[in-house]
Amino acid sequence: MSTSDVTREGIRGAHPGREALTGAVSTLDGHRREHPRGRRIRRGEPEFRSYYDKPVLNQIVWEPRDIAGYLFLGGLAGASSVLAAGADLTGRPGLARPLKYTALGAITGSVAALVNDLGRPARFVNMLRVLKWTSPMSVGSWILMAYGPLAGAAAVSQATGILPGLGRAAALGAGAVGPAVAAYTAPLICDTAVPAWHEGFREMPFVFVGSAAAAAGGMGMATAPVSQAGPARRAAVLGSALETAALWRMERRMGMVAEPYRTGRSGLLMRAAKALTVGGAVGALLGARSRRVSAVAGAALLAGSACTRFGVFHAGVASAADPKYTVVPQRRRLEERKAAEANESAQAAASSAAQEAEGSADS
Amino acid sequence: MTAGDRPRMGFFTDTSVCIGCKACEVACKEWNAVPEDGLNFTAMSFDNSGGLGADTWRHVAFIEQRASVGVQESGVGRPDGASAPVDLGMPAFEKPGDSAGADERGEFRWLMSSDVCKHCTHAACLDVCPTGALFRTEFGTVVVQEDICNGCGYCVPACPYGVIDKREDDGRVWKCTLCYDRLGDGLEPACAKACPTDSIQFGELDELRARADDRVRHLHEAGIESARLYGRDPDDGVGGDGAFFLLLDEPEVYGLPPDPVVTTRDLPSMWRHAGAAAAVLLAGITATFLGRRR
Repeated sequence: MSTSDVTREGIRGAHPGREALTGAVSTLDGHRREHPRGRRIRRGEPEFRSYYDKPVLNQIVWEPRDIAGYLFLGGLAGASSVLAAGADLTGRPGLARPLKYTALGAITGSVAALVNDLGRPARFVNMLRVLKWTSPMSVGSWILMAYGPLAGAAAVSQATGILPGLGRAAALGAGAVGPAVAAYTAPLICDTAVPAWHEGFREMPFVFVGSAAAAAGGMGMATAPVSQAGPARRAAVLGSALETAALWRMERRMGMVAEPYRTGRSGLLMRAAKALTVGGAVGALLGARSRRVSAVAGAALLAGSACTRFGVFHAGVASAADPKYTVVPQRRRLEERKAAEANESAQAAASSAAQEAEGSADS
Repeated sequence: MTAGDRPRMGFFTDTSVCIGCKACEVACKEWNAVPEDGLNFTAMSFDNSGGLGADTWRHVAFIEQRASVGVQESGVGRPDGASAPVDLGMPAFEKPGDSAGADERGEFRWLMSSDVCKHCTHAACLDVCPTGALFRTEFGTVVVQEDICNGCGYCVPACPYGVIDKREDDGRVWKCTLCYDRLGDGLEPACAKACPTDSIQFGELDELRARADDRVRHLHEAGIESARLYGRDPDDGVGGDGAFFLLLDEPEVYGLPPDPVVTTRDLPSMWRHAGAAAAVLLAGITATFLGRRR
């Protein structure tokens, strides 16, 4: 047991510093914002205080290329498997084949990106020493472990013709796990204190699966014969619509924390993503009969999906780097709570006063 | 949250008596063999370490404020008839008031605060760690096992306080252990041991909370209305901190978040939304195969 110097009688029996006084009563309710050097306050910018404008949060240590790439490839793989399974079931081999290869390639790439970010392969294996529901990364590692071999078996069987029955079962299995692969990356990034990620946790999964469907649809449009690519086109249109709607709703709900999605590098990426995604969806709708238009629209959808993931990633980075996005919403929340409490206690006081008045009237 | 019958141990950092000597930073580095984090001058204040990180487990913030040192402080404890206190003004190359005039003579106070890992009751870093490298000790503190950490870096953005960080050269994460090795031997943490003013106090959390309440009451009685406890409330967003503080200004002035929330509080909702999105994806793509064949 620790032999702490702190006892009920004080520290080693004494009260060091207990009589020390400090601070300044006369200035304490001033609450003037001290503008540190270098920060220019633009009109309309919320006022807040910070420690020399240094971020409250520590900065995201993930490499953008690795982790944003991982988010994009995981989505592409998951949704591709779902489309491939549907194509298998409905007799569209021309659509199923390239999507099975896409799923294997993308998931391999995403695991490679993860390993690259971790530093060495053994560290990915280390992820599997526990299963923790509170850690989306742990859950995700197990989802990948379930999905990867299925996607691999489906693609290998397709390519070699070995064990077609098992290959088909694997493709269906990958199609069943695929949505989890595409969706879990949203809790992965939202389960952080990064404002631009955490505040969007309700819509982010829909942004991600929409973006995944658009990417997989785009891949199907670009690689499958036009006659078999109908579901891919429809998936691309549906996915684009879902992504666009979810993003719109997310930005509205987040308030000022959504700023990084509109400004700077992340804003640029998000605008590019929107143009490519909407453009690709229009191409999917109008160019259904043209092999060339389908290929171009498919490529645009893939690029749009990648831009969405990189945009979301960089928005998170920007929001973690500026103390404004941490302090202002929290301060506002605190003040609203305080106001509500004051209101409540005022009401309680009023009602007790009323009761008292009633009591005295009775007597 | 205690293991067995052991009381939960923690820090109470009373910043009102911190003199900014940084003995805690040095003691922490020496005891824990924390590597140097660059001999840089930050050029923004007399604070040379800037904030908590992989190689700074205790950080003393120096807040220079253009605020009056106040009537009560200059008066209290001063013997009757003693000469009035002299205002030294903000540090500058000119004498106070030379350019601004006597009326505008700089008013200035320094807040100093030794920041550290909060050892939250609901610790986001511990929750999100995918390997179990972070664990809760028998003292109720949160510690990283460096032989298990695989450097995924997930805990870094998960910490609402910006405490835990990845070390550049070994890729793993590091933070204050509340001197887990010393506690096991019945010693107090190095920073608390080294603190010359007992601004950093170590002990049983319940005891420290009672002590902190007393201290705040005492300061309020003396007219220092700005004194407030930070991280003491077990009902706050992180379930109360194992290391809490007495501050003399708003938390954000010290680089602390005003109302931190453990990110995993929303995790059940996150999983539900993700599950719904996955179902939408499955249903949506299934729907693309329905209808007429094209």
